[in-house]
Amino acid sequence: MSDSQTPAPSTPAAGTPDSATRGSAPHTPEQSRWHSVFREITTGSALISVLAVLLALVVGAVMIAFTNKDVQAASGYFFSRPADTVSAIWQAVSGAYSALFQGSIYNFRRPDFADGIKPLTETLTFATPLIAAGLGVALGFRVGLFNIGGRGQMLIAAAIGGWVAFAVDLPYGIHLVAALVAGILGGALWGGLVGLLKARTGAHEVITTIMLNYVAFYLVSYLLRDGFLKTPGSNNPQSPATQPTAIFPDLLGPNYNLHFGFVLVIGATVFTWWLLSRSNIGFQFRAVGENPNAARVAGISVQRMYVYAMLFSGGLVGLAGINQVLGTTTSGFGAGIDSGIGFDAITVALLGRSKPWGVFAAGILFGAFKAGGFSMQAAEGVPIDIVLVVQSLIVLFIAAPPLVRTIFRLPTPGALPRRQRPIITKEAAAK
Amino acid sequence: MSVIAPSVPRTPSALSGNTALVSWKAPIALAIFTALGILLLVVFARDGISTMRLSTSTDLLQLPEVELPTRATGIVVTLILALITGWSSWLVRSSKKTPIWLISVFAFLFLVGFLAWASAGNTIPVPGLLFGSLSLAVPLIFGALGGVISERVGVVNVAIEGQLLAGAFTSALVASLTGSAIAGLFAAMAAGVLVSFVLAAFSIKYFVDQVIVGVVLNVLVTGFTGFLFSQLLAPNADRLNQPPRFDRIDIPLLSEIPVIGPVFFRQTLIVYIMYVAVAAVYYGIFHTKWGLRLRAVGEHPQAADTVGINVAATRFWNVSLAGAIAGLGGAYFTLGSVGAFGKEMTAGAGFIALAAVIFGRWDPIRATLAALLFGFASNLQNVLSIIGSPVPSEFMLMLPYLVTIFAVAGLVGKSRGPAASGKPYIKS
Repeated sequence: MSDSQTPAPSTPAAGTPDSATRGSAPHTPEQSRWHSVFREITTGSALISVLAVLLALVVGAVMIAFTNKDVQAASGYFFSRPADTVSAIWQAVSGAYSALFQGSIYNFRRPDFADGIKPLTETLTFATPLIAAGLGVALGFRVGLFNIGGRGQMLIAAAIGGWVAFAVDLPYGIHLVAALVAGILGGALWGGLVGLLKARTGAHEVITTIMLNYVAFYLVSYLLRDGFLKTPGSNNPQSPATQPTAIFPDLLGPNYNLHFGFVLVIGATVFTWWLLSRSNIGFQFRAVGENPNAARVAGISVQRMYVYAMLFSGGLVGLAGINQVLGTTTSGFGAGIDSGIGFDAITVALLGRSKPWGVFAAGILFGAFKAGGFSMQAAEGVPIDIVLVVQSLIVLFIAAPPLVRTIFRLPTPGALPRRQRPIITKEAAAK
Repeated sequence: MSVIAPSVPRTPSALSGNTALVSWKAPIALAIFTALGILLLVVFARDGISTMRLSTSTDLLQLPEVELPTRATGIVVTLILALITGWSSWLVRSSKKTPIWLISVFAFLFLVGFLAWASAGNTIPVPGLLFGSLSLAVPLIFGALGGVISERVGVVNVAIEGQLLAGAFTSALVASLTGSAIAGLFAAMAAGVLVSFVLAAFSIKYFVDQVIVGVVLNVLVTGFTGFLFSQLLAPNADRLNQPPRFDRIDIPLLSEIPVIGPVFFRQTLIVYIMYVAVAAVYYGIFHTKWGLRLRAVGEHPQAADTVGINVAATRFWNVSLAGAIAGLGGAYFTLGSVGAFGKEMTAGAGFIALAAVIFGRWDPIRATLAALLFGFASNLQNVLSIIGSPVPSEFMLMLPYLVTIFAVAGLVGKSRGPAASGKPYIKS
């Protein structure tokens, strides 16, 4: 793992690796407008993304079908009645996927729209911390830092912000802001520590973030058991409940779990977008991420950028942590409050190609999988682990457009379509 | 060819700063630990006698138990620690490096002092402590070896966790079905290779960022094994998830060496394979044609290509080999220790192995030592929690990770991996 590696920036947008490998792609003559639109659709990254999701779902379907009891029973007499097997497969797969859909987007079994749309609000609730933490990881990627420390940063944010939320008495509104700021600062400090260590001593951030995950986990466990996070008079390692003055207000009324955190996350996405693509410091971030040596020559303090980047990255991940305490789990939290979001965030950031709005969309997709996965497990008995498989396959396929193109026999961008070549040259010659 | 391939990538470069050649990191780190020692061993000294048991009950040669008066030991140890720190500062002032053996002595003394302090009025079974450390370190060592090979050939291996988990799952399943632990071992290697194939195919053929593939593969294997575990293994546990375990084999003579014998030579087959693997990987990487080519491809693929080495194939097959070795480590989780497979049973060991690779600066021996350190620190907590230590258990559990951070920040510093690691080689 070389020091100069830059995971995200070196991930080219879909399509470019081929043109890069081919080096000198043949000069493309002008084509008719419809034709170029068609080619744009078939070679563009949007179609690749859709096909990647489709492929991953197909693999998931195969796994569901193979492990389904009815399918196994029916395949025992496949050669005498093959239709039974086919229908059993259809039952298993369609049942699972319709449960996934109805658990994440719209439930058709409910009579009215207000109840039917509830799954979608659940999806957004699940997506909220994923987006926040994903933005943090993505920001790190853009500076060439691999922040695996989401777990630790979320835990420290939840501990500090959570303490403000249950132990300090403040009026409504101010309390919420104070807890929020405390949480974000907690995450930022825990992340900034990594940046500081890297800048001062050159310690590799992959090691320090992993180690600090464990340190934070045991620290918070201790504080919950015997420190200032302990609930008085209780033996459970759990904090007291968040005070009502610090809880995020519901966005759609008490019937839905969706809370103010989602609005904050939209704000965080806009902020990250502004930071990375419009601000001075964001320019320096990206310069360091693309090539630290060149950035140093250009007069950018690489070390300082590492510290700043980890501060921002940790702060965004901290937002995810405090979001859990103030919005999702308000009845007191344990040491598992991060619930693996810090690691999921890495996949979210990768799927979003480390771009703020990409991360936003990826977070919502993964939130939908999470929300739907639970209802799929409950309704159809399909383990929620299948969601992990589908998610990771989506990221893999999206990262390798040539593979998807080979599977679906799509044209390669930059290469001329073989059959039409003579016509095009004629057109070009006519002009 | 030996002229072309750079054999030593780790010369201190001018890039790391324009300061003097000798850094103050080592004395500062030593001073921090000495201060910690003064605080713990002198200021918060405990009274009593600390006993170290050096032999197990089955040893031929019974060593007497060592009894240390806790307070006096603490003071003596702290004095020596302070002396070493002073010496190290003097060495740096006269522009010399702090020798590694001095740091080792320092670490050993600090450890003795700490053990004596923590076990005041109690007995510490030293062979048990070390035996458990080695057991916890075995999968980490296999994982780290896989990581070293893969990164030396130029492919970043974040997927160690996935390779371990795949190895653990497959070995449990196959060993249960066949009733043979050896078959499980081969299956674990095959599983590790399969994970590596995906890593290699995506990073070498499709030029996908290697860190991305690694991270995603971990999630994929976690999901895949978790799904199959819930659907197949858990409902049919007696048929599919009851693998036979390896028995311990005592090596005659060697196993009777005091202290070391019971620790290193009364182990299972997998551990003996581990010894061979460490030696083989070290010898192979630094003293054979294969190793030279491997390092050449990892350091400067273009140069390697120029002299006729097939870069893509070298990378592909060596990454596969790395997967096989890491898969063996996975088998240790099931066939070597617990037996049955459990969901996510590797619990982040792959990431610790990755840390060991970087901590050990991409060197098989050093990575093994780093993995042993992790194993020791984890097991120290187990032992101390049994005898009842004055420190809350959470802080003991935290210790290995804190020590790693200090060590990486203070002693290792900026570590440079193989130059071309993580970069796809696109032949033009």
